[in-house]
Amino acid sequence: MTTDLTSGDAAALALHVDAFGRMVMALPGAAPVVNVVPVRCFPFTSPTQRVSLCDPQGHEVACITDLADLDPGVRSLLEQELSRREFVPTIRRILDISQGSEPTAWHVETDRGEVRFVLTSEDHVRRLGLNGVLISDAEGVRYRVLDTRALDPQGKKLLKRYL
Amino acid sequence: MNDSTERRNNALHPSLAILAPHLDPGERILASFRLDLDPSRAFREGIVALTERRLIAMDDLAARTGFRAWPLEAVTGLTATDRGGLGTLEALGADGLLGRWHYTLGRAKGVASVLDVFAGLRAERQVPSATAGQEADLEVPETVQPEEPPRVGTLFRLLRFARPHLAWLALGLCLTLTSTAAGLIPPLLTWPLVDDIFAPYQEQVKIARDDPTIGEVAREARLESLREKAHEPFAMVPWYLLGMIGSGLAAWGLGWGQGWVLARLSERISADLRNTTYAHVHSLSLDYFSAKRTGDLVTRISTDSDRICYFLSDTLTDFTADALMIVGIAAMLFYMDPLLAAATLCTFPGVAWLTYTTRTRLSEGFARGYRAWDEMTSILSDTIPGVRVVKAFAQERREVERFKASNDRIVAANDRVNRVWTFFWPMVAMLNQMGLVVAWAFGAWRVFDQVITVGVLTAFLAYIARFYGRLESMTRMAGSTQRAAASAQRIFEVLDRAPSVAEPANPVSPGRLKGEVELRNVGFRFGNRRILDDVSITIRPGEMVGVVGPTGAGKTTLLNLICRFYDVTDGSILVDGKDIRSFPTLEYRRNIGIVLQDPFLFYGTIAENIAYGRPAASHDEIIAAARAARAHEFILQLPDGYDSIVGERGQTLSGGERQRISIARALLIDPRLLILDEATSSVDTQTEIQIQEALDNLVRGRTTLAIAHRLSTLRNADRIVVLDGGRIVETGSHEQLIAADGLYRSLYEAQSRHEMEHPGEGAPVEPLPPQALLRAEPSRKESP
Repeated sequence: MTTDLTSGDAAALALHVDAFGRMVMALPGAAPVVNVVPVRCFPFTSPTQRVSLCDPQGHEVACITDLADLDPGVRSLLEQELSRREFVPTIRRILDISQGSEPTAWHVETDRGEVRFVLTSEDHVRRLGLNGVLISDAEGVRYRVLDTRALDPQGKKLLKRYL
Repeated sequence: MNDSTERRNNALHPSLAILAPHLDPGERILASFRLDLDPSRAFREGIVALTERRLIAMDDLAARTGFRAWPLEAVTGLTATDRGGLGTLEALGADGLLGRWHYTLGRAKGVASVLDVFAGLRAERQVPSATAGQEADLEVPETVQPEEPPRVGTLFRLLRFARPHLAWLALGLCLTLTSTAAGLIPPLLTWPLVDDIFAPYQEQVKIARDDPTIGEVAREARLESLREKAHEPFAMVPWYLLGMIGSGLAAWGLGWGQGWVLARLSERISADLRNTTYAHVHSLSLDYFSAKRTGDLVTRISTDSDRICYFLSDTLTDFTADALMIVGIAAMLFYMDPLLAAATLCTFPGVAWLTYTTRTRLSEGFARGYRAWDEMTSILSDTIPGVRVVKAFAQERREVERFKASNDRIVAANDRVNRVWTFFWPMVAMLNQMGLVVAWAFGAWRVFDQVITVGVLTAFLAYIARFYGRLESMTRMAGSTQRAAASAQRIFEVLDRAPSVAEPANPVSPGRLKGEVELRNVGFRFGNRRILDDVSITIRPGEMVGVVGPTGAGKTTLLNLICRFYDVTDGSILVDGKDIRSFPTLEYRRNIGIVLQDPFLFYGTIAENIAYGRPAASHDEIIAAARAARAHEFILQLPDGYDSIVGERGQTLSGGERQRISIARALLIDPRLLILDEATSSVDTQTEIQIQEALDNLVRGRTTLAIAHRLSTLRNADRIVVLDGGRIVETGSHEQLIAADGLYRSLYEAQSRHEMEHPGEGAPVEPLPPQALLRAEPSRKESP
C-alpha cells in the first residue's frame, strides 16, 4: 500500500543501489523493497515534488512529497536514478528544419550532442509553461527547449513556424 | 434547420369561430389542434377539436368544408404517432377507425393537449374544469415562418458591438471626413489655374499670333511683352501645384490613419462578436446542440465573424469614404453649375436602380452559397472524427464522392452568383462611361453658351471622373456587403436564440446541497413523443439508486432532467425541498458530478483534465482524486506522468483509463449528487472491476443515480428503479425485485444466461485489451 512520505518520513527514507544495479528502498520498521523505480508525477510542472517509487509491476510503494525533505545523499542518488531513466535531451540550437510539408526533418544540437530527427506533425510540438517547448519525434523521443528566448535568432525563426 | 425562424403563436380564436356554427347550444371547445395537412397530406389548414360531448374535425378551414363529428361515447381511443416528420392522429371506434388526420411535426406539440383532455374526459367521464380548457387553449400549435433572405439591415445590429469603442469610431470617422475633404481639393485648384492663368494668356498669345495686321518682328516683340507680363500671374502656378501636393499628402496621411484606426476597431468588434457568440452558445441547453450540426456552429463562430471583420475593416471604410466623396463631389458640381451637374448625373439613378435589383439576387445567391458551404464543413466534421468507421467499412471512395457532390453544389451556387455579378460590374462601368460622355457634350454646349468657362469645365470633368470612379468602387462593394450581411444574420440567429433552460427571476442560491432528490409527477415530452410520464420518487441524501430498463425507457432523459440539461414538461424536481428551477443553473450544477459512458477528455494534460471542474486544485488533491479513482498508477506509467497530454491529439488511452480519469474528475469537485450514465458499459469485465472499485470510492456518502446496462454494476445500490415506456414499473432492492418476478427479474435472468453462455466476455461493445497487456509495454510513445 502506498505511503505518502512527508517531511519526517521522507528524511528517514534510505535508498541504495545494490550489486545488480537495482535501487533498494528502506523505511524504518518496514522490510526493504528491492528494485524500486522512481517516477516524477509532474515532470514538467513540478519536477521536485511528488516523486513516486514504484515496484517493477508499476504499483506505487511510496510517494515522496518533496525532494527537499530527503537526506541530501539520498536525494542525489535519487536524482541520478531519475536522470538515468528520463531521456529528454534539451535542445540548445536548432541548426535546420526542412522546409515544405510534414513530416519535417530537424537537425538540432542538444545537451547530449547533435542529432537529426523526424517530426511527423506540428501537433507534436507543444508549449511547456511560458517559454518552454516539448517536441516529440517520430520515434517517441522527446526533446525540450527550456526557454525559446535563449535560442539564437535563426533557431527562434525556425521554431516560430510551429508555435 | 429552422431554428432561426421566429415562431409565433397562432391565434386560435378565428379558427374556432369557423367551428362555431357546427356546435350545439352550450357546447364548449375544450381543446383543439390545428392541422396543417389534409387527408391526402397536402398542405391545408384543418382542425381537430374536443368538446365535452364530441370529437369534431374540419379538413379544410379555409373552404370550411369536410366537417365531421363523433359523439365521445363512440370514440374508444385517440392515438398520435409520428414517423419521419409526419404525425398521424387516429380516432378509433368500437368497430374500427373513425378518422385519421395528418400534420407535420412542427405542429406536434399541440396534439398533446387534445390527447390529454381526451384522456381526462375518458377517465373521469366528466367535464374538466375551466382551467384545463384554458390550458389547452394555450398550447396552440406553432407556425413556422419561411426563411427570409439576409437583409443589409442586420449589419446595423453590429452597432451594439461598436458601442464600447465609440471614441475610436469617432476618430475613424473624423479621419475619413478630413481625408475625403483633402481629396476634393486638387480639382478645385485646376479651376483658377485654367481660368485665371492659362486661358487668358493663351487667348492673348493666339490673338497676337493670328493678327494679320502686324509684321513678323512686331509679332515677336508683342509675344515677348506678353511673356514679360505673364511672369506675374504664372508666379502663382507653383503655389497651386504646392497646394495639390499638400492636399495629396494630407489625403494620404489621413487615409493611412483612418485605415489603421478602423482596422483596429473592426478587429476588436469581431473579437467581441466571437466571444459573445461563443459564450451564448454555452448558455444554450443541450437540445440546441443535438439539433445543430457541429460544422455549422463552428463556421458561424469562426468564418462568419471573420467575414464581418473583413467587411468592417475594408468594405465599410471604403464605402464610407466613397459615400462621403460622392456627396462632396455632387455638392461641388452643383456649386459650379447646377444644370450641368443635373445633366451629367442623369445616369446615377440608373446605377442606383441596377445596384438595388442586383443586390437582392446576389443576397439570395450568397445565402445559397453559404448553406452549401455549411454542408461541406458538416461532412468534414462528420467524417474526419469518424474516420475509423469509414476505413473499417471501406467507404473512403463514397465519402470522397459525397464531399465532391457537396463541393459541386458550392460551385453551382457560386456560379449562379458570379453570373449576375460579372454582368453587373461592366454594366456599371459602361453607364459611367456614358455619364462622362454626357458631361462632355453638355459641357461643350454650356461653354458655347458662354455660361461656364473652360476652367470650370476642366475642374468639372476632373470631378466627374472621380465621382464615377467612386461610384464604381461602391457598387463593387455590394457583393461583400451582402456577404457580410448574410454572415451577420447567421451570427445573430445564434445570438437571438434564447436559452431554453431559463434562469430563474428570483434565484435562490443552493449553496452546498444535502442531496435529497424528489421527483414529483415528472413528465417530459419531446415533440409529441412522451418520454417520461408521471415519474415520482424520493431519494434520501447519500442513497444510491440504480435506474434500469430497456433501451428507450427514458433512463438518460431522467438523469438529464435531474442535471437540468432540459426542463421538465410536467411536474417538478425538488432538491433539498426546493424546485431546481429556482436555483441558478451554474450554482446548482456545481453540486453535481457526472460520469458518462464515453468519457470526454479535453486536449491538455491529465492533471488539467482531472482538475477540469476545479482548476485551482493542488497537485496533492489531484493525486488524491486519481488514487481514489484507481488512476494514479497507470498515470505514473505514462511518459510524462500527470503532465502527459491527452485528448484529441494527445496520448492514446484505453476506454477504461479514460473512464477512470473522468471518475477522478468527478471526485475532485466532491459533488453532493452523482450521476453515472452507463459508466462501465464500454469496457471489458476486467476493466469494469477496476472501474467499479473507483466508483465505490466515488459513490460513498453521495446521493447517486446510476444507469447501468449491466445489472451487476448495481450490486451496491440501495434501491433499484425499473423504468419501462417512460414510467416507473418497479422499485425495490435487488432481492425484492427478483422476488417480485417482474421486468427486473426477466432482465436479470436474460443477462446472467448470456454471461453463463459467454463467460468472461465483456460488453458487446468494443472489447479492449486487459490492462495487464498494456502495462507490459516497456514504454509508450506519443500517439501519432
